[in-house]
Amino acid sequence: MSTLKYQSQSVATPYFVFALILFTGQIIFGLVMGLQYVVGDFLAGVIPFNVARMVHTNLLIVWLLFGFMGAAYFLVPEESETELYSPKLAILLFWVFAVAATLTVLGYLLVPYSRLAEITGNEYFPTMGREFLEQPTITKIGIVIVCLGFLFNIGMTMLRGRKTVINMVLITGLIGLAVFFLFSFYNPSNIALDKFYWWFVVHLWVEGVWELIMGAILAFILIKITGVDREIIEKWLYVIVAMALISGLLGTGHHFFWLATPEYWQWVGSVFSALEPLPFFAMVLYAFNMVNNRRREHPNKAATLWALGTAVMAFLGAGVWGFLHTLAPVNFYTHGTQITAAHAHMAFYGAYAMIVLTIISYAMPKLRGIGEASSKKAQVLEMWGFWLMTVAMVFITLFLTGAGVLQVWLQRLPEGGEALSFMETQDKLSIFYWAREATGLIFLIGLITYMCNFLVDRKAAK
Amino acid sequence: MSDTFTKGMARNIYYGGSVFFLLLFAGLAMHTTREMPKSDHRENLTEAVANGKAIWEDNNCIGCHTLLGEGAYYAPELGNVYYRRGGGDLDAFKGFMQSWMLIQPLGVPGRRQMPQFNLTEQQVNDLAEFLKFTAEIDVNSWPPNIEG
Repeated sequence: MSTLKYQSQSVATPYFVFALILFTGQIIFGLVMGLQYVVGDFLAGVIPFNVARMVHTNLLIVWLLFGFMGAAYFLVPEESETELYSPKLAILLFWVFAVAATLTVLGYLLVPYSRLAEITGNEYFPTMGREFLEQPTITKIGIVIVCLGFLFNIGMTMLRGRKTVINMVLITGLIGLAVFFLFSFYNPSNIALDKFYWWFVVHLWVEGVWELIMGAILAFILIKITGVDREIIEKWLYVIVAMALISGLLGTGHHFFWLATPEYWQWVGSVFSALEPLPFFAMVLYAFNMVNNRRREHPNKAATLWALGTAVMAFLGAGVWGFLHTLAPVNFYTHGTQITAAHAHMAFYGAYAMIVLTIISYAMPKLRGIGEASSKKAQVLEMWGFWLMTVAMVFITLFLTGAGVLQVWLQRLPEGGEALSFMETQDKLSIFYWAREATGLIFLIGLITYMCNFLVDRKAAK
Repeated sequence: MSDTFTKGMARNIYYGGSVFFLLLFAGLAMHTTREMPKSDHRENLTEAVANGKAIWEDNNCIGCHTLLGEGAYYAPELGNVYYRRGGGDLDAFKGFMQSWMLIQPLGVPGRRQMPQFNLTEQQVNDLAEFLKFTAEIDVNSWPPNIEG
């Protein structure tokens, strides 16, 4: 007996499974880096910090992409009310992407980065060595091919079927993701230009089009678990994603304060990025409103928890912690400190890791043939995982914020001669880093607990 | 939300607002790109600077350091290291860079370690030229002090 409305939705399974494997890798490398922050020479010869960080951030990006793709393969057929255009293509692209991602990470770990650049011919088309865009050019090309194939498959499915608002918002987000990634191929010798256009990938992804993807997935989940009228949810969705783009596009300006840019960006960036918390706040109101006005009692309580959790944590991490250092006069002192790291951790976890975990929570019991929801026991474990990871992330963020405030106080605020050097300052922050590492271990325990939930119903799964 | 605010209105705000602000953003970005030569001093972008940037990238320096505040927060800011370690003098800075790169890793127990990148003398000089170019870009008076 199948619990899927459309058989082709099942192609989402490998995407979700692989995403969770990469997520686990990300956390392990995060713990290695966290320890290197305080025990500087820990594994220094084997996994230098720059390698660990590259693996940590790249695994994050790639597992979120796998998650988004899995989400699209799962929800688009259901929204379109038709089978996926080509399940075979989806599976083929899964393997292409999974092999490319694995080889790239192995390349990071097994050879020095400069050797990887040499092997992959970076000198002929240099795109490597820029934060988050460290992938060899050939991997970047692979990502583009996978994205195009994916968009084609999803697009054809949508064209064939019902065109819902969720589908339209999702596809604009996904097209934006593919289009803005193309800026990663632009790497001029002029570092000033390079840095300016680098943000066209980084910011316009995470504070632009990814928010559309998040909004669409959340809307889908809310319709399913609350049974609230689609019309109401879709209206909210439009308003939220409109606010996200209206604030987020010019909000890019908050990255242009301290580059070779005209000073008007300090006004534009401050004003518009101060509006960036609004869509996230609206998302909190909307998620709670829909759940409170629910027309049905969905048995998947864990998915409901993730849906509410992602709205709240995205608002705190992206909205509040973003606003904390987004105004130009504040950012002058906080730019590139642990405050940035604090914000990045909670924002990525709250908005993007959690939305992927939300759809996984909703979809997995169906994909595994268990039914509408996992057993009570599995859900309890999953919810323990939710709370352990989420509370751990709140504390990681608080400790990094503490480190950041002290760093600004010691290194940035004093006049030239009295300011502590970077390395002296780092020594003073070690208590915060130790606390962050300990909390990171709690996060790992939460992740293990979360993973165990999949073992509970293994007999019921087919 | 009230009934007078329809889904159609919400949709129009989404599409209309997005297109409007996307165009506005593109316009400002074009203006900035045109203005940039005034502040980035690209007339000083020599072959050595371009090589230095390639060396910077090929060794993933951004994986530990920040450059103009962007990158990893594990090792010092290098956007102004030309002034901090070279006092704004290219020969002095190259001298510093040659000896500094040579003695890595420092091997102090427990201290954060910079790997040995085995760069040639020429490569270190080019890297120094790149860091000088970066330091001389006018970035609206950031960072607040010499410590970066």
